[in-house]
Amino acid sequence: MNNASNESPLDVDDEPVPAMQQILDNPFLLLFIGIAMPTVLYIVWGVMEIVGIPVAK
Amino acid sequence: MAVNRMFRTCPSTGLVYHEPAEKLIRWNAVAAVVSLLVGGILALLVTLTRWPAVHLLPPDWFYLVLTAHGLDMLVFWIIFFEIAVLYFCSSVLLRCRLAMPGMAWLGFWLMIVGALVNNVAVFRGDSSVMFTSYAPMGAHPAFYLGLILFAVGALIACFVFFGTLVVAKAERTYNGSVPLVTFGAVTAAIIAVFTIASGAIILIPTFLWSIGLVDYIDSLMYRTVWWAFGHSSQQINVAAHVSVWYAIAAVVFGAKPMSEKVSRTAFFLYICFLQLASAHHLLADPGLTSNWKIFNTSYAMYLAVLASMVHGLTVPGAIEVAQREKGFNRGLFEWLRKAPWSNPSFSAMFMSLIGFGFLGGISGVMMGTEQLNLIIHNTIYVPGHFHATVVVGTTLAFMGLTYFLIPTLFRREMMFPGMAKWQPYVFGLGMMSFSLFMMGAGTLGVPRRHWDMTFAGNALGYEFPGTAYLMMGIMAISGLAAVVGGIMYLLITVGSVFLGKKIQTPDFARVAARDGVAPKPVPQPVAVSHAGIGTAGFVAPGTFVLALVFLTAFVLYYFVNWKYLSTVWPLS
Ligand code: HEM
Ligand SMILES: [Cu+2]
Repeated sequence: MNNASNESPLDVDDEPVPAMQQILDNPFLLLFIGIAMPTVLYIVWGVMEIVGIPVAK
Repeated sequence: MAVNRMFRTCPSTGLVYHEPAEKLIRWNAVAAVVSLLVGGILALLVTLTRWPAVHLLPPDWFYLVLTAHGLDMLVFWIIFFEIAVLYFCSSVLLRCRLAMPGMAWLGFWLMIVGALVNNVAVFRGDSSVMFTSYAPMGAHPAFYLGLILFAVGALIACFVFFGTLVVAKAERTYNGSVPLVTFGAVTAAIIAVFTIASGAIILIPTFLWSIGLVDYIDSLMYRTVWWAFGHSSQQINVAAHVSVWYAIAAVVFGAKPMSEKVSRTAFFLYICFLQLASAHHLLADPGLTSNWKIFNTSYAMYLAVLASMVHGLTVPGAIEVAQREKGFNRGLFEWLRKAPWSNPSFSAMFMSLIGFGFLGGISGVMMGTEQLNLIIHNTIYVPGHFHATVVVGTTLAFMGLTYFLIPTLFRREMMFPGMAKWQPYVFGLGMMSFSLFMMGAGTLGVPRRHWDMTFAGNALGYEFPGTAYLMMGIMAISGLAAVVGGIMYLLITVGSVFLGKKIQTPDFARVAARDGVAPKPVPQPVAVSHAGIGTAGFVAPGTFVLALVFLTAFVLYYFVNWKYLSTVWPLS
């Protein structure tokens, strides 16, 4: 805890933040990726295969 | 409602606790330990039944107790503790107020009610469907309802965690990126959201089926979606205990990650790929194609395994660098020999790492290979593997973290410090041996979840070799050692938290938002020089050698199993 003298703590160095770091710093983007990947590749693909199994006559 | 802005700073660790967060972390941790107590008593009963020479319980009790053991341990103990970890990694590590404490309490009570309802259903005796509750085997509706309530509570907790990240950013309580340990917790929370959503997709229809509103649950559909929940929840554990490894390495040694970039990328690989490995539970199921199976368990999963190996190297590597800089720079392993082996946080964390890698990791990759899976499918090898991952790996890491939390979070002196020194060894070594002999017996074909391996009175009998009985016996004795280790942990934690000597520290005081803003970061030199440590150009040669030993063990074991596969079904 310190006092309020520092207005913007981010302007210490003005180097641009690398793109990958920007991705990793965005938890909601990561949340989207972490749900979309397994939903598509595991659940949707898997369920489509199960639905496609021919029914015995 | 006014926002609670009461904080206290722990004088010995410098950690900042927000009043509601502290209370929630404590209550979740206590609920976790109570679940561990119940699950531990049940572990003893299951183990004594699977010990052929004792064969304690009758069959109906065996399956009841096995069901309750699996759920109380792997769902209730682990997830209550994980919620505590999530609140710790957000509110405490970011020095930020917890978002929406009221919602967090709602989540907590839903989880408590859910756990109770589920346990009541199991102990009534008509829900012995085991951990996986595969349809069309049906349980009492309260069984599913309990799990659903628990899951909703846990989901609320995850959103409180994400909310806290938003508050921290808005109130600028940290600069730049969140700390690595928090990033690991973000990974765990993301996997948790997917896990809980999958659980809801499958458990809600199953609940409706149990009360007669839905008339059919397809068994393959159930298994596929259920494992998106059942397996992914293990990946929450992995992300959480890896974060705990980093945290303990930082606390005990002041170790800094060898490369933030590499470690964060490894967590990112978890987010992308770890959950796909759920498919390894369906390798023996007909109906799904090899394309789906092999894509999800091989190509994708190896990227997640790679990430685990990265963590398995960077954590000891960071410890090695920190130790060498302290002067333990001789030879390959002085840093390890002179590590604080009597500090239970360290010994628990290090055994968790080694056991998770060597026992859990190697066996997991073997089992996750479509062809090799046939050797051990549904044998006791499987619980051997996952006791190495979720007990030696996750549970032991959480035990190590507890020893750190008792003084700073609960503000109590640790009771029985002499016993605490030994606890990780008794529990960890007992459990490693337990897992190893389970895997041995499983390789000989001893089934999992089976009340009687002699098949006495069965139409189709099978005679296991004497070695299988011997291994089941050693497994049980090792299991008893682990139970003793578990009792030690419970004595120490319950004793300290309720009876331990109070530590007087400054109490909560109001901190205005503008006073909580993080100080400007001090510009760091870009490259940290490790001049003068290590040998032959390596800063961490010991870790490098450990990695080579690991890879050798891995490759040998993997190929031995291919050889073994060719002999299990003699065709001539
Ligand atoms: C002292 C510690 C423990 C001992 C001695 C122990 C022992 C056992 C035994 C003997 C089985 C039965 C295997 C079979 O017949 O298939 C079992 C199953 C299981 N255990 Fe443990 N266990 C311990 C701790 C834990 C912990 C801490 C967890 C989770 C974090 C856990 C999770 C499970 C699960 C999920 C099952 C499978 C249940 C099922 O098949 O439905 N155990 N355990
Ligand atoms: Cu799995």
